[in-house]
Amino acid sequence: MPETAASAPGPAAQTPLIELRQVRKTYGLGTPVATEVLHGIDLQVAQGEFVALIGPSGSGKSTLLNIIGLLEPMTRGEYLLLGQPVERLGDAELTRRRGDTLGFVFQFHHLLPAFTALENVLMPELIRKGRIDEADRRRGMALLAKVGLAAAAEKRPTQLSGGMQQRVAIARALSHGCPLVLADEPTGNLDTRSADEVFALMRQMNRDEGTAFLIVTHDPRLAARCDRIIELVDGRIAPAGTLTGPMAA
Amino acid sequence: MRVSPGFAVTVALRFLREGRMQTLLIVVGVAAGVAVVSYISALIQGLQGNTIRRTLGTQAHLVVQPPEQRSLPSLPLADGAIALRELQARAQRPRTIDNWRAVEQALAAAPGVRAVTALASGSMLAVRGEASRSVTLAGIDLDSYERIVSLRATLVQGVARVAPGEALVGTTLASDLGIALGDRFVVRSGGEAAETFRIAGLLDLGNRELNRRSVFVGRGAAQSLLAIPGGVTQVWATVDDPFAAQGIAERASRRLGLQVESWMETNAQLLSALNAQGVSTSLIRSFTALVVMLGIASVLVVSVVHKRKEIGILRAMGATRAQMTQVFLVQGALVGLVGSLLGVALAALLLWGFSTFVRGSDGLPLFVVTLGWDLALKVPLVATFAGIVAAVAPARSAARLDPAQAIRL
Repeated sequence: MPETAASAPGPAAQTPLIELRQVRKTYGLGTPVATEVLHGIDLQVAQGEFVALIGPSGSGKSTLLNIIGLLEPMTRGEYLLLGQPVERLGDAELTRRRGDTLGFVFQFHHLLPAFTALENVLMPELIRKGRIDEADRRRGMALLAKVGLAAAAEKRPTQLSGGMQQRVAIARALSHGCPLVLADEPTGNLDTRSADEVFALMRQMNRDEGTAFLIVTHDPRLAARCDRIIELVDGRIAPAGTLTGPMAA
Repeated sequence: MRVSPGFAVTVALRFLREGRMQTLLIVVGVAAGVAVVSYISALIQGLQGNTIRRTLGTQAHLVVQPPEQRSLPSLPLADGAIALRELQARAQRPRTIDNWRAVEQALAAAPGVRAVTALASGSMLAVRGEASRSVTLAGIDLDSYERIVSLRATLVQGVARVAPGEALVGTTLASDLGIALGDRFVVRSGGEAAETFRIAGLLDLGNRELNRRSVFVGRGAAQSLLAIPGGVTQVWATVDDPFAAQGIAERASRRLGLQVESWMETNAQLLSALNAQGVSTSLIRSFTALVVMLGIASVLVVSVVHKRKEIGILRAMGATRAQMTQVFLVQGALVGLVGSLLGVALAALLLWGFSTFVRGSDGLPLFVVTLGWDLALKVPLVATFAGIVAAVAPARSAARLDPAQAIRL
């Protein structure tokens, strides 16, 4: 397979965290309105990378992120997660891999309103183990402290500002030590200052914990501060060095 | 499948707590349904128990009757022959059971039979001066009779004793004849036989007709009045389980070659009334259970729709379909359990109110109603199970939610 701009080698010669080969996605397959939204995506993300995924609305960013996040099946192609193909896995196994490998941060800081900030952070662990022990609790508190929210541990999401909620979501995504966090417009709903804070936090976590990030963003300012930018145009990855739009400048 | 009760219970409890008003309403709904079912069940149980006790209090479970005397044609008919015949049923004399001591013993030895007594009874006239009344004379062996129908318990005056020359009579009969404890009266058969008895005790048998017609004397005295020396007209028995009486009667009848009637036959109407009552109670129970289950199901369906986003988030974080199913099944179970516990408590309160404030004309409770432990334990179990069943459809729809779509909302 030829090395494309989108598959630059990682920091070490390791198995890529994720590797997509000729991934296609068609909605409404078998109906007269079938539309292919991803036309053969080749993409790799190495361990510890900090990657921005940009592109105009409707270019297929969210679909691609959902496929990488094992939330949506692809129509054709290959997807290796930690070197393992996922095409043939059943829902339970996909769910297990999703829980073990991936953390999510969404645009509308999807926290669980019925649980406190700390409980939200500990939720992935509760799902995996069925209980929370003292060590989990301490680790959760340490994570909240790290995102600057130790004081808000017992608050409900509705009592927190948008930026704070997004920081809780980041802590949650990192709580079970997963190697990759997928962030869908994590700053899209925040004012500039909060957006900068949240972005800085993700960068710091990437440095401190070695967690890889794949961040979908509209904000060229933020994209420019990532290790690598992948641009999606009309369901295809634009070749490196040919960035269009605001990034071209 | 990953089973994590901790996760399911934790999230279910939090979801229920979050849906405050809805949870409160459905729990109260379940409690009301359970209270109605428990209350009615206990009431009907008490009523039936009471009816059966009253009915069986004055009669035996099994009665062995002497064979009926029938007129039989004396000539066998050839095949195809037609005979015109006029038969007259003969007047029935006091019929006796041959070898009744053997019958008594055989019946006493039958499985499930608790007590046996033989009695000589028939219709007589009780006479005192100008007044006479038609009565049923029962010649009994007091000790064995007592084990089947307690006369001591119905005694209102005097002593329960049927020594020679003594009789126990119903209260109404005594007042009809204008006699009191210690007075004498004459019992006369249709023929010439007559004997004088002194009233040893007055009985209230709990039924006006019985009080008006009953005279109990020693078996020997009755035998001589009925002109059946040494004979008895019926053998009575009680069994351990009143509702097994019919089966025992049929078996005994085959073995003894005699007609054995159970109380269930002689009280067929009562029994079918009890059955009808039982069926109505079951209907009320089933429909209430159905309504309660529909209530739980509809609340959970709404909850699934409300919580689409949360379900999507949980799924994205690694919760399996099975785990999401469990979350909603546990919610159904919890609503059923908590609602039914409240409901049983409410029913106990209602029943306490019933037995405290609703009283008969004598100032005593109408009948004993209690919420049995078996019912109090069974109801929450059944309700919890019903809650789980009601939650199946919502839980499945929660598990089927596409996480990618749910999150996008």
